[in-house]
Amino acid sequence: MKNLNAKIASIPMIFTALVIFVGCTAWTIYHSFTNSRLLPNNNWVGFDQYERLWDTKRWIVSVGNLAIYGVCSLVISVIIGFVLAALLDRKIRFEGVFRSIFLFPFALSFIVTGLVWQWILNPEFGVQKVLQSLGWENVTFDPLYNPDLVIYGILIAGIWQGSGLIMCVMLAGLRGIDGDIWKATRVDGIKTWKTYIFVIIPMMKPVFVTALVLIASGIIKVYDLVLAQTSGGPGIASEVPAKYVYDKMFNAQNLGQGFAASTMMLVSVAIVLIPWAYLQFGGKKND
Amino acid sequence: MKMIKKLLAAAVLTGLSSLSSATELEVSHWWTSGGEAAAVTELAKAFDASGDKWKDSAIAAGGGGAAAIIISRILGGDPMGATQLNHGRDAEELIKAGLLQDLTDVAEKENWREIIRPSSLLDSCTFEGRIYCAPVNIHSPQWLWLSHKAFKDAGIPVPKNWSEFIAAAPALDKAGKLPLAVGQQAWQSNLTFNAITIAISGLEPWKKVYVDKNAEVAGGEEFKKVFEAADQARKISAKGKMQDWNAATAMVIKGDAGGQIMGDWAQGEFQLAGQVAGEDYTCLPGLGVTEMISTGGDAFYFPVLKDAEQTAAQKRLAALIIQKDTQVAFNLKKGSLPIRGDVDLETANDCMKKGIKILAGNNVLPDLSQVISADTMSDLEDLMVEFWNDPSMTTEEAQERFVKVIARAD
Repeated sequence: MKNLNAKIASIPMIFTALVIFVGCTAWTIYHSFTNSRLLPNNNWVGFDQYERLWDTKRWIVSVGNLAIYGVCSLVISVIIGFVLAALLDRKIRFEGVFRSIFLFPFALSFIVTGLVWQWILNPEFGVQKVLQSLGWENVTFDPLYNPDLVIYGILIAGIWQGSGLIMCVMLAGLRGIDGDIWKATRVDGIKTWKTYIFVIIPMMKPVFVTALVLIASGIIKVYDLVLAQTSGGPGIASEVPAKYVYDKMFNAQNLGQGFAASTMMLVSVAIVLIPWAYLQFGGKKND
Repeated sequence: MKMIKKLLAAAVLTGLSSLSSATELEVSHWWTSGGEAAAVTELAKAFDASGDKWKDSAIAAGGGGAAAIIISRILGGDPMGATQLNHGRDAEELIKAGLLQDLTDVAEKENWREIIRPSSLLDSCTFEGRIYCAPVNIHSPQWLWLSHKAFKDAGIPVPKNWSEFIAAAPALDKAGKLPLAVGQQAWQSNLTFNAITIAISGLEPWKKVYVDKNAEVAGGEEFKKVFEAADQARKISAKGKMQDWNAATAMVIKGDAGGQIMGDWAQGEFQLAGQVAGEDYTCLPGLGVTEMISTGGDAFYFPVLKDAEQTAAQKRLAALIIQKDTQVAFNLKKGSLPIRGDVDLETANDCMKKGIKILAGNNVLPDLSQVISADTMSDLEDLMVEFWNDPSMTTEEAQERFVKVIARAD
């Protein structure tokens, strides 16, 4: 028995992983096939909960919102994060100050972020009011009150909060690039932006994968931001899956329905994680 | 340093001594608006005066959210001493799981069966012949509140019923007033729709749909009219942008909005603002059409606690809530109706008197939460909040989905 001590030491972790992660997940999936209400029970109803779930307009709207929010925030956070990091990496003055400013929103919770942006986007005293008092009297900017735009209002807040962290991850990646590479490209006379796109970014693949996973996990669990900014309104226009799960489990006292919805969320997480695992672990063998 | 130690010791000692003389009970509730807080203070005062200690634990999350917190605390093994819950089916499963205190002995000693009116209140506290909660007031959501100032500014008389109100809407709009203030939260959309239902369809179709869950009636002519009326209401409320019910009530109080459909708990707000019923505002039960009110309301439940002292204190609190003096003090502040017919409410205002008269005539309906499950309620709320906020949703589509919800209801 090699490394017996190490194996004993890892027992608590293995136990936690098996019982809490695997065990509870299995329990949840099992009960999503029952008609549990306030308390879990074992009355098997097959796929009834799933049929009802996909027949519910609120769930469909939630999934659609998550897709818009997910794609946009993935793309925009990565772009903003990388551009900010690249700018900071140009050996500018007061780099530390800027870094702190950009990272600062990340120190705020989603609830605070949501409330702040609820006020900023409120037509009575936010951006719209400021623009109108500056002379543009016909300006209307009230995304949170427009069912078609509300998810973008939430997106703005999400990106404001999250891109600082991505910037830091990217900056760490950029700092890890050997200075000789920069010298070599300069000797060859390659323009700076071309160096970034064709040389630096391909070298930063692992950093990008990490950033993507960080953003993706944030997207799937987005809940508090919506709750603070719009509580799902106007109407059901800004509902998200996590909020559906909470509301069905605790307000509607329908655990079965909530479990079915959270199982669907688990499936979507798996869809995100499996390609990541493939890129991270499967990729190495091919190198 | 020594000083601090002494102070600490003294603090601990006084803490201990106050524990031994009075039993502290944590009481959770979601009465957080101005009028509600004033009312709950009356309960706390009465409990403290009786020698025990009321530890207030207000949850600022509105009925739905607060109930979720309360239920998960009880389920999670961290029960409070007493808690507000709407009586209805919320508590049924908690009782089945043996988590709530049986109050039958208190009820028998204090003769609740005889004094509590209407008796349906006690029935909804009763589960398999045992009593599990103490009703504290009667609340009905079918009221239309009208601002006299708004109608005066628009130069028209205050309406006497729903159709007059709808007819007055264009004039209000012209005067720069919001005709109907509806908060954007789901439960408010649902409440407004339900009040309109009773006014437009009358009692029988309402009963068939909500009590018997008859999907055919839900898809029929009467409900078509209800959805058309709701569509009118949604059009005249479209400009409102508030979330909380008391923000909408505040607009009516200030005269910026013509009216609001809200439960009689709105009255506490009018009272707190120093307004007088009949002079500054008018209330129309059943929207002035069908003068019936439902008799839901708030009730206190008492989770099972291990400590015998605290259990005794719970029973003392339960008995206290029903007593005449407490009932009068609490309900006058809250704007709700007392749960016993034998109290003297001479100081009650116009609106409360209207309510008492309806109760005395026994023109009562069951409360929505007593006839449908939380699950169905949440489906209805989802549908109504969408209907209310999405002008592109037609009445036909809304009714079609309403039928589906009723067909699945339990």
